[in-house]
Amino acid sequence: MTKNSVEIRNLDLSFGAVKVLQNLDLDIHDGEFLVLLGSSGCGKSTLLNCIAGLLEVTGGQIFIKGHNVTWKEPNERGIGMVFQSYALYPQMTVRGNLSFGLKNARMPKPEIEERVKRASEILQIEPLLDRKPGALSGGQRQRVAIGRALVRDVDVFLFDEPLSNLDAKLRADLRVELKRLHEQLDNTMIYVTHDQVEAMTLADRIAIMKDGKIMQLDSPAEIYNRPRNLYVAGFIGSPAMNFIEGNIAGNTFTSGDLSVPVGDYDYMSGGAHDGAAILGVRPEHVLTDDMLPSADMTAKVKADLVEPMGADTLVWTSLEGHPFRFRMDGQAHVKSGDEITIGFNLTRISLFDPKTEDRL
Amino acid sequence: MTDTATLTGPTGPRPKKALSPRNIMLYGTLIVVSLYYLLPLYVMIVTSLKGMPEIRLGNIFSPPVEVTFQPWVKAWAEACTGINCDGLSRGFWNSVRILIPSVLVSVSIASITGYVLSMWRFKGSEIFFAILLLGAFIPYQVLLYPVVIVLRELGLYGSLTGLVVVHTIFGMPINVLLFRNYFVTLPEELFKAARVDGAGFWRIFVFIILPMSLPIFVVSMIIQVTGIWNDFLFGVVYTRPENYPMTVQLNNIVNSVQGVQEYNVNMAATLLTGLVPLTVYFFSGKLFVRGIAAGAVKG
Ligand SMILES: Nc1ncnc2c1ncn2[C@@H]1O[C@H](COP(=O)(O)OP(=O)(O)OP(=O)(O)O)[C@@H](O)[C@H]1O
Ligand SMILES: [Mg+2]
Repeated sequence: MTKNSVEIRNLDLSFGAVKVLQNLDLDIHDGEFLVLLGSSGCGKSTLLNCIAGLLEVTGGQIFIKGHNVTWKEPNERGIGMVFQSYALYPQMTVRGNLSFGLKNARMPKPEIEERVKRASEILQIEPLLDRKPGALSGGQRQRVAIGRALVRDVDVFLFDEPLSNLDAKLRADLRVELKRLHEQLDNTMIYVTHDQVEAMTLADRIAIMKDGKIMQLDSPAEIYNRPRNLYVAGFIGSPAMNFIEGNIAGNTFTSGDLSVPVGDYDYMSGGAHDGAAILGVRPEHVLTDDMLPSADMTAKVKADLVEPMGADTLVWTSLEGHPFRFRMDGQAHVKSGDEITIGFNLTRISLFDPKTEDRL
Repeated sequence: MTDTATLTGPTGPRPKKALSPRNIMLYGTLIVVSLYYLLPLYVMIVTSLKGMPEIRLGNIFSPPVEVTFQPWVKAWAEACTGINCDGLSRGFWNSVRILIPSVLVSVSIASITGYVLSMWRFKGSEIFFAILLLGAFIPYQVLLYPVVIVLRELGLYGSLTGLVVVHTIFGMPINVLLFRNYFVTLPEELFKAARVDGAGFWRIFVFIILPMSLPIFVVSMIIQVTGIWNDFLFGVVYTRPENYPMTVQLNNIVNSVQGVQEYNVNMAATLLTGLVPLTVYFFSGKLFVRGIAAGAVKG
């Protein structure tokens, strides 16, 4: 049995008349790395602030380690938070920044020193301890910010887009470091981002949010392979999934001249489906050339635009009037106007109900 | 060809001409404006260093032939103001006794109010702020008599404490505005981080906010020091003669109707009275400008 580290029950939060979070439920397991992913303004930071106790909830409950912390102050919740802007105290040295929380808790001096030492070793910031934040680079600042949560020995780490102020290279480095840190510490981590790569690489589970609701909470692989609804399917993956509107009748999906046998499709609800449907297939799951023999069906398309990107080539076409993109090998010789045969596998497609937008 | 061009063409910083039309305009204007303000000061200083016979000659711009500090001594220690004849010294110490508590109390209260209004907003805090600001637009004269009654009821009328209270209250709107507008420019995440770190209301104020807010404290102090030191109206209305601040005593000396007008003593007395705000501006002008600029960025 996995114990839950954070449990959120029926959480409501509104700013005046604006309801940002509604009836939100979320269970986060002990030691789990959970990523909250969603477009800007969907309420990720708000949810994190509620968990931290920086926003007073309008309704519902929050449990951390089995304790109801709904009315508790942030420092009584056993959480540490790392902010996008680092939020280091500018007038204190790194050592001062790390020990401020411990001093507030009236911890004896020797223990403070001990903890600061340990955290700075883990994060490799010992040489910086006597500097002010102004004299640090972005990556170093972020490390200090993490250290501030680390010294307090908290159960749950909250990260609000901690890497988005850094340049691409540093972001990739720190991402790996964070993952290593998580493996080393084994705390629960809740991580807000709108970077898909961060989400896919770091998360044990990803919660995709939209308009204050969680659209899907699953492992990265599950979210990528079996998106629960149209929103998640379109949100995850770059370039986005192709969608083709059509109809299912007698185990065959048809859209114009295209017909796909879907008898062997792995329906979510078990039973087969008849009626309007949307077929989704990721650009990287479209088969071409020598992969074609393993395809469950094939079609011919004309390339409108070809984007060679080195590792692969992105081809823009249309299929039965729907814009359609797919990926080919980087060495493929195609140019716009070429006719290409494509195919897909039933295990690699998704079907959605156009009315409910849910996966079939 | 190109080599010589790169060697002989413009290199490094562009030379600046000292006598460009722009500089002439700029410094010309500055010199004229400074003369406009410095000339009266000059006249006051030289007059205060002359004896009366020399003044009667009427050459106000000529430097003193015989420098005498007697007028300064007289203005400070001997001039008669109403009933007392111990000069401005009494008024100076009264002003100091009014100034120090008024400035400390008003700046402390204003900064904490600004802190609450920017970081610990409560229901109705915006309305509270609006009402407070409205206070800045009410002419003092309207409140003069009601405040007399309030002070009398509190038993503070005529005392220095009463005057300190009045100065504190009347300094609130502008200073709270100043502090609040400065504090809202501080990053909100810093405040959140401090709360997660377990710092409460006072610890956040003392350890996080204060160290970042030196310029705005200087601005507020300057506004209060000069405002309270230069105050005449409240001083004359709310205190008794033995507690009159320096400005009121200055007026009594300069406007006294008995005897001859001793211009040199008047000048010395005026300079003595203006010395405090002058010194404050002199030593904190830079911080003042920086603080004003910092506070003005965001509403
Ligand atoms: N103090 C506030 N008052 C009113 N509305 C607010 C306030 N703070 C946030 N909101 C609204 O709540 C919604 C969610 O905001 P939130 O900051 O949680 O978004 P987010 O998912 O973190 O977005 P981003 O990725 O841009 O950080 C937004 O629509 C925002 O306009
Ligand atoms: Mg956010």
